[in-house]
Amino acid sequence: MAIERFPVEATHIMMFARSIGDPNPIYADEEYAASTEVGHIIAPPTFAQASAQFDPDYPLRPKIGGPWFGSGAKPTGIKRESSGGGGGGNGGGLHAEQHFEYHRHIGPGDVLTATTRPGETWEKQSKRAGKLVFRESITEYRDQNWRNHRETNRKLRSRST
Amino acid sequence: MSTTISVGDTRTEVLVEDLKRTQLVQYAGASGDYNPLHTDDLFTREVAGYPGVFAHGMLTMGMTGRILTDWVGDGRLTNYGVRFVNQVWPGDTLTATAEVTAVNEVDGEIIAEFSIVTVNQNDVPVVTGTASARVD
Repeated sequence: MAIERFPVEATHIMMFARSIGDPNPIYADEEYAASTEVGHIIAPPTFAQASAQFDPDYPLRPKIGGPWFGSGAKPTGIKRESSGGGGGGNGGGLHAEQHFEYHRHIGPGDVLTATTRPGETWEKQSKRAGKLVFRESITEYRDQNWRNHRETNRKLRSRST
Repeated sequence: MSTTISVGDTRTEVLVEDLKRTQLVQYAGASGDYNPLHTDDLFTREVAGYPGVFAHGMLTMGMTGRILTDWVGDGRLTNYGVRFVNQVWPGDTLTATAEVTAVNEVDGEIIAEFSIVTVNQNDVPVVTGTASARVD
């Protein structure tokens, strides 16, 4: 995944804060935000995930005119080898862990770029599910001034019994 | 080093009562994660083989963030990480608890470390994690 341009907008932050049920006015009220220590609207701590909206290849978004695996007339719109997989990140696998490291908190007007690289891969033996394979991906977000914000996404990539 | 936060302090907050499917739709729209597993019951039951739609892990992590930001204040988190240990279903009521596990002075700033757990109405953990934040 590489995102060349993730413009952070106040409306998007407001909608994201609503969706996680967080009424904190720092996410929506400019006047209130100006009176705080931060001094301006910021995004909730997990907002960087919404960068998926700006990933041209994000597999968990229907593409205009393209096939989509969700239901229409039938339970799935396409023939698929595997079911949907987990949420977040790059799609495929179950989302097992998520870690954020904050260098500064993003707000409206920031224009972020994101690059993702693979991290560690490891296996774990589970009594219940057999061999579990975990794979990590690390995404670094940089703002227009090249200050960064990092997230690590750990997924249960495959499961074999 | 003087601070208002000490090791062992805890805070608990109800994040959501009777989680609605519509909130999963809201989160899908805001985050851009349109995986049908979270919004498309027909697909989720008949193709994916689950009892029905379930919450994005990142929705639970997003909701859980409040336990920290309501406590330490805005823009003060330095790390926040969780493991997704059980699925969250529509109808669930989630309660988050954070506990201070350490308070240290790092480069002239006071940094508190937290352990976090969010449980459902049956007291089953759905996410567990850790965080750190600048505190006064």
